[in-house]
Amino acid sequence: MSLAVSAIGQGLLWAVLGVGLFLTFRILDFADMTVEGTFPLGAATAVAAISQGMNPLLATLLAFVIGALAGLITGLLYTKGHIPILLAGILVMTACYSVNLRIMGRANVSLLGKATLFKNHLLAGLPQYFDSVVLGIVVMVVITSIVIYFLQTELGQGFIATGDNQTMARSLGINTDNMKIMGLMVSNGLIAFGGALVAQNNGYADVNMGIGIIVIALASIIIGEVAFGDLTLNQRLVAVTLGSILYRFVLLLVLKLGFSANDLNLISAIILALCMMLPVFKRVLNFKHILKRGLDTND
Amino acid sequence: MTKPLLELKDVVLKVNRNTPEEITILNKLNLTINAGDFITVLGSNGAGKSTLFNAIGGDLSIDSGQILLNGHDIAHESVEKRTRFLARVFQDPKLGTAPRMTVAENLLLAERRGQRRGLMPRGLKHHLAHYQELTATMHNGLDQRLTTATGNLSGGQRQALSFLMATLKRPEILLLDEHTAALDPRTGQDLMHLTNERVAQDQLTCLMITHHMEDALTYGNRLIVLHHGQVTYDVAGAEKQALTSEQLYSFFAEIE
Repeated sequence: MSLAVSAIGQGLLWAVLGVGLFLTFRILDFADMTVEGTFPLGAATAVAAISQGMNPLLATLLAFVIGALAGLITGLLYTKGHIPILLAGILVMTACYSVNLRIMGRANVSLLGKATLFKNHLLAGLPQYFDSVVLGIVVMVVITSIVIYFLQTELGQGFIATGDNQTMARSLGINTDNMKIMGLMVSNGLIAFGGALVAQNNGYADVNMGIGIIVIALASIIIGEVAFGDLTLNQRLVAVTLGSILYRFVLLLVLKLGFSANDLNLISAIILALCMMLPVFKRVLNFKHILKRGLDTND
Repeated sequence: MTKPLLELKDVVLKVNRNTPEEITILNKLNLTINAGDFITVLGSNGAGKSTLFNAIGGDLSIDSGQILLNGHDIAHESVEKRTRFLARVFQDPKLGTAPRMTVAENLLLAERRGQRRGLMPRGLKHHLAHYQELTATMHNGLDQRLTTATGNLSGGQRQALSFLMATLKRPEILLLDEHTAALDPRTGQDLMHLTNERVAQDQLTCLMITHHMEDALTYGNRLIVLHHGQVTYDVAGAEKQALTSEQLYSFFAEIE
C-alpha cells in the first residue's frame, strides 16, 4: 500500500517534467536536450537558495526562473545563432553542469534539517508519502490548467501553429522565433521547477541527477499516449500526468522483479524504446493478420 | 482608380552572394501594381516569378532597389510584419495549413493575420457559424469537416482552405503562387473559378503565377511576363482582352 502511494506521489512530482517537455517535444516538435541540464539546475538553485535561508516556495519559483533563463539561451542559440536545436540543447546542458557545480559549491548538497515545501505544517501532518501526493496533485492541477488555458489563447494557438507548420505560421504574421524561444523558456522553467520539487522530496541535490531526465520525461508522455489512445490536445496533457504515474508503477514492478535501482536508466530506455516502436509492432502484427486471412479458405 | 499600391523600383536580388555561384535572379526589375489589379504572371522556369513573390513577401532580402507600399519603403520589413497587408497561397497544399489543427482552428489563426496575438481566449465558438457559411461557399464538403484536422483533408480541400485563410481578413495584396498546380484539373478549375469570384467580389489586388496560358488569358485584368529577372511584357485592359494564346506563344518563342 505505502509503495503504491509512494509511486503515485513520485509520478505526480515527476509529471511536471512530462508537461514541460510536452511543450517542446510534442508541440514545437523537436527534442530539447537542455532539460538534462535544467533539471539539476533547478534542484541546485532551490537547494542553494534554501540553504541560504530562502523560503522554500520562493526558492522553487526561483528555480523556474533560472531554468527559463537556460531555455532562453538555448532558444537564442537555435533561432538567432542558427545552431541546430539538438546541438544548442547539448551545449547549454553541458554548460549547466559547470554552473550547477558553481551554484552548489560541491557535487552533492543535502537539505538535512532545512525547511522544504514538504515540511510545510499542512503536509507534515499527513501519513508517510501522502505529502508528495497532495503537493503533486496541487502542482499538477495548477500547471496543467495554466498550460491548457494558454494553449487556447490567441498566443497559444500561434505557438501550436509554429510547431505544426512554420511556413504557414510566418505567413500569418506569427513570429516563429519568439514562439520557439518562449516554448523553450517555459519548458525549461517547468523542468527546473520539477528539479526543485524532486530535490526537496529527496532531501538533496546532486550534480548528476540530470542524467536520463529526457528519457523519463518522454516516458510519461509516450506511456500516457499509448495507454489512452486518441485524445484531444487538452486530454493528452492530462494523460501525461497519468502516464508519469503509470511509469512509476512499471519501475516499481521492475524493482520487485529483483532489478537494482542502478538498472533503472537501462530499463527506462528499454520501456521508452518499446513504447515508441509500438506503431511498428502494430503494423507487423496487422501484416500477419492479413497473411493468415489470405490463407484461410473460409474467408 | 489607378493609384499605385505597390511599386518595385530597380529591384536587384542575388542568390549565393559573394560566392563563385552568385546568380542575379531579379535584375533591376520595375513593376507598379495598382489597387484593384488582378495580374497574371507568366515566365519560364528560372525567370524569377517565385523570387519576385519572395522579395515582396520578405522571405528573400533584396540587394538594391525599393519596394514601396503606398509610398513607404518596406524592403527591410520582416516577413511577419509584411503579413499586415499581404496574404499568400503556396503551390504545395501542405504549406498553407497546420496539419494537426482543425479546419476551424486554421481559419481562426488566419483571422488574426498580421495582428498582435495576446493572452485572450481564442473564442472559437463565436466564429463557427461564420466559418460554416464561409466553407460552404467552396462546395467541396469543407463545411462538413470544420472539426477535422487539416492533415486528414484532400489536397483540394486543403488548398481551398488555404485560399479561404488568405482572404478571410482582406489583404491589401494577395499572392497566388501556382495555387492550383498541385490539384487535379477539375479541382484546380473549381478553385480557379472561386478565386476569380472572390477577387472580383472583394476587389482584391492580386498577383497570380501560373503556367497555364489559358488561365493567364482568361483571368485578371493585366498580364505580365518575366524573363531574366525583368518584366518584359505588360498588357492590361482591352489590350489584354484582345490577346490570344497564339500571340503569347510566338512572344515566348521570340524571347527564348
